Amino acid sequence: MTTEQSLTAAVVGDEPPPTRRSRQSHARAWDGLGFGFLAKLALMALVNALGVAAGWSAYVNGAWVLLGVMVGLLVVADWVYFSRRPVPLKYLFPGLAFLAAFQLFTIGYTGYVALTNYGTGHNVTQAQAVDALLSQNEKKVPDSPTYPLTIVEQDGELGFAIVQDGAAAVGTADQPLAAAPDATVADGVVTAVPGWQVVPKNQVLSDPALADEVLALRVPISDTAEDGSIRTGDATIGSVYRSVLVYDEAADTLTDAETGVVYRATDDGQFVAEDGTALPVGWRVFVGFENFTKAFTDDTYAGPLLKIALWTFVFAFASVVVSFFFGLVLALVYNDPRVRGRRVLRTLFILPYAFPAFLSALLWRGMLNANPDYGIVNQLFFFGARIEWLDDPTLAKVSVILVNLWLSYPYWFLVCTGALQSLPGDVQEAARIDGAGRWRTFQSITMPLLLVSTAPLLIASFAFNFNNFTLIYMLTGGGPRFTDTSATLGHTDILISMVYQISGVAGGRADYGLASALSIIIFVIIGVISALMFRRTRQLEEVN
Amino acid sequence: MRKTLIRTAAVAAALTFLAACSGNETPAAETTSPAATETTEPAGGATGALTIWVDENRKPAVQAAVDIYNKTNPGVTVELVQKNFEDIRADFLAQVPTGEGPDITIGAHDWLGSFIVNGVAEPVDLGDKVSEFESVATQAFTYDGQMYGLPYALETVAIVRNTALADSTPATWDELIAKGTEAKTKYPFVINTNGTTGDAYTYYGLQTSFGAPVFVQNADGSYTNEIGMGGDAGLAFATFLGENGMKGSGHFSTDWTYDVANQEFADGNAPYTIAGPWAIQTFKDAGIDVAVDPIPSAGGETAAPFVGVQGFYLSAQSENKLVANDFLVNYVATADVIKALYDADPRLPAMTVVADQVASDPIVAGYLAASKNGAPMPSIPEMGDVWEHWNAAESSIISGAATPEAAWTKMLTDLEAAIG
Repeated sequence: MTTEQSLTAAVVGDEPPPTRRSRQSHARAWDGLGFGFLAKLALMALVNALGVAAGWSAYVNGAWVLLGVMVGLLVVADWVYFSRRPVPLKYLFPGLAFLAAFQLFTIGYTGYVALTNYGTGHNVTQAQAVDALLSQNEKKVPDSPTYPLTIVEQDGELGFAIVQDGAAAVGTADQPLAAAPDATVADGVVTAVPGWQVVPKNQVLSDPALADEVLALRVPISDTAEDGSIRTGDATIGSVYRSVLVYDEAADTLTDAETGVVYRATDDGQFVAEDGTALPVGWRVFVGFENFTKAFTDDTYAGPLLKIALWTFVFAFASVVVSFFFGLVLALVYNDPRVRGRRVLRTLFILPYAFPAFLSALLWRGMLNANPDYGIVNQLFFFGARIEWLDDPTLAKVSVILVNLWLSYPYWFLVCTGALQSLPGDVQEAARIDGAGRWRTFQSITMPLLLVSTAPLLIASFAFNFNNFTLIYMLTGGGPRFTDTSATLGHTDILISMVYQISGVAGGRADYGLASALSIIIFVIIGVISALMFRRTRQLEEVN
Repeated sequence: MRKTLIRTAAVAAALTFLAACSGNETPAAETTSPAATETTEPAGGATGALTIWVDENRKPAVQAAVDIYNKTNPGVTVELVQKNFEDIRADFLAQVPTGEGPDITIGAHDWLGSFIVNGVAEPVDLGDKVSEFESVATQAFTYDGQMYGLPYALETVAIVRNTALADSTPATWDELIAKGTEAKTKYPFVINTNGTTGDAYTYYGLQTSFGAPVFVQNADGSYTNEIGMGGDAGLAFATFLGENGMKGSGHFSTDWTYDVANQEFADGNAPYTIAGPWAIQTFKDAGIDVAVDPIPSAGGETAAPFVGVQGFYLSAQSENKLVANDFLVNYVATADVIKALYDADPRLPAMTVVADQVASDPIVAGYLAASKNGAPMPSIPEMGDVWEHWNAAESSIISGAATPEAAWTKMLTDLEAAIG
């Protein structure tokens, strides 16, 4: 509402008087005391410093897209604020930058995710999935003892020195573990090996490159590879591990060393064997428009989607209409000068609007408890009867709309009161002189004039309620559940709470791809409806 | 002037925002640059940087562990990032692949399944120290023979008894109800059903006493992905829920949420409830004396409630795995630190020595005894699909909205479909 008003104010409002062309802005050059110019220089220096710092960190990390965006924004910012010409851009640029960062990026990223299978089991890149599978399947040999371990080095090659049954042994990736009888063992740990240099643990921990080498080092315990090799996770103890899976990068396959089964990378983003068994960790791949069709064809979602879409429309429409008319009636009544104590009463009416919506929804959830011992509504107004406000599919829908009425009528009361007070008195007076009655005046004069100013708000309110996640989540959590489908959705779920459920943020199986696709569908629905209705409201304005 | 200020601040904010939020392929500078690696000499300890995610309750506890660690390793900067516990699982899944995640996070063991299939957790080798922990705790963090985290605390539910209303807890459900009725309170027994959502977690001890575990267990206690709730045992439990539900004797009710059940118990309206250690403070604040006993058997077998295990996970994409491992294995997994964690945030310690030390508190001893009967909550990936269907089935049976057979059979069918 505020943006709407300020925009109108900016367009219609006081036109600045034509400026003296000769006098340039005091931010352009040194002029008088020069505060404006200095302030601009300082601020632009700050912007440039931040931009260069951010760009530099992007460069260091090899984030080329980000680097390009940063450099581009910085160049444009400098051009906009140091050039004489782009005057409108001087005002618009920050807004445009925000638009790009907060809106376009989000929309673009949602679109990107909607085209992938991102979700549980397809959460990482293929390289990360391979790493995870290899490390998950490098298994400790059963009953392998834990060896105290020391990192040693010889001619730049790293090795492990371990203590096995009191005797020291040394080995590297190429030389299997061999006894080192002349090594010094103190407190059960190797402290010196002739011919080798002991690398202190702290040095290993403090040097990331060295640490990576130590983590990757596998020292075979014998000449037979099947016996396994020693590895360490913390540079102080080691155990014998055996790799179950072997990765062939050229063929893009993982082979189970024990059974010989070959798992091939598929287009679905998983390693699958001949017999159809798949390895648990998959990766993200593009699936095209599969998510969009899945929403309508998958048995689990198709049925609920239709019901939920229908209810979403009913909910959004009913919420707006009911609360608008209730607010309007109250506004008409309390706009009458004959009502005493109008100010106090008006303030009281606004109270529900003053509480945070999620808090009110939670309170209502408690008050509507079916058991009259806990639910005050049943106790006070229904003689302690057991009415299942939130557990019966139909009653739950009614409750949701009624609670939303309670939450939003003060808004319409406020808006309508304001609009009524600003209606031109002369038109109404003219109507009265022409012999129009009260109802006629309201119907032909007041209401059309009122709609001119409130119709855009009605549309905005519809769009808001279409995505009124807070109320649904806090009041019913979507329940009561559908009993005819295995999808974990319920009778009062609206599209956005369905998206939340599918996204798996709250737990359970996540499907970000499908959730993003549904978000885009919602976006399109709201966009189309708003566009159509705004076109209709232009006709309303013709009464002016 | 003011406009320029706002505008410039806006541009700056937009730029820093872009810097912070993008870079999906590569980690941003803040997380990767190992703080002052080159400049600081290793003075008696390692150098480097660790980021640990903690929740509000555990922050002082982990801070205590970090303080002990920093005494010997002053060169390692440990940054504790406070997050909502409910957000950590999803955020860890989303951020680890981008490289923006932490090195270590605090977490519950039942997240392990999704961490495995999403490839975000790194195995942790505790070596011989495994034997120093309660076996239920190490089992909980083990998947397919490998350990993926360091357990540090246990939690479970047990019977909480109002000592003014009942002097003991019988060994069977029928005796419990009989004794509860003798107390002449409003209810013989209350339990959190989480309203109409259902709460299979709290009811699980009763369910296992019918021999119907959620998943079939192997001989070593690990879970298969075969549903164990089917067959006669599962149906017997469903029938038991129906008989005691709102259309039956009314000992269970979907009107009871966590708050309602606790309030009724704290008001002295019931001598018995099933609750976790997290609820004890509420009861003490209400001024009632409570004792903690094992859950009685309803179906003839031992009632085995879920044991939840809290621990530390290591990120698969950590840039400081060695330092993180060293921190977990050589510092956190010691009696001193586990005790410090307990002192800062009392949860049952997972390390046997420390558990014995703190067992002098009767409440702690009661929960420890209950956890010995318990089974770890399954951490297999399939577990995430079970909750919603399971909760809903129990809720509809208790409220009488569906017959036990119908609701339980539908749940089993849905689970088969979801797990495949």
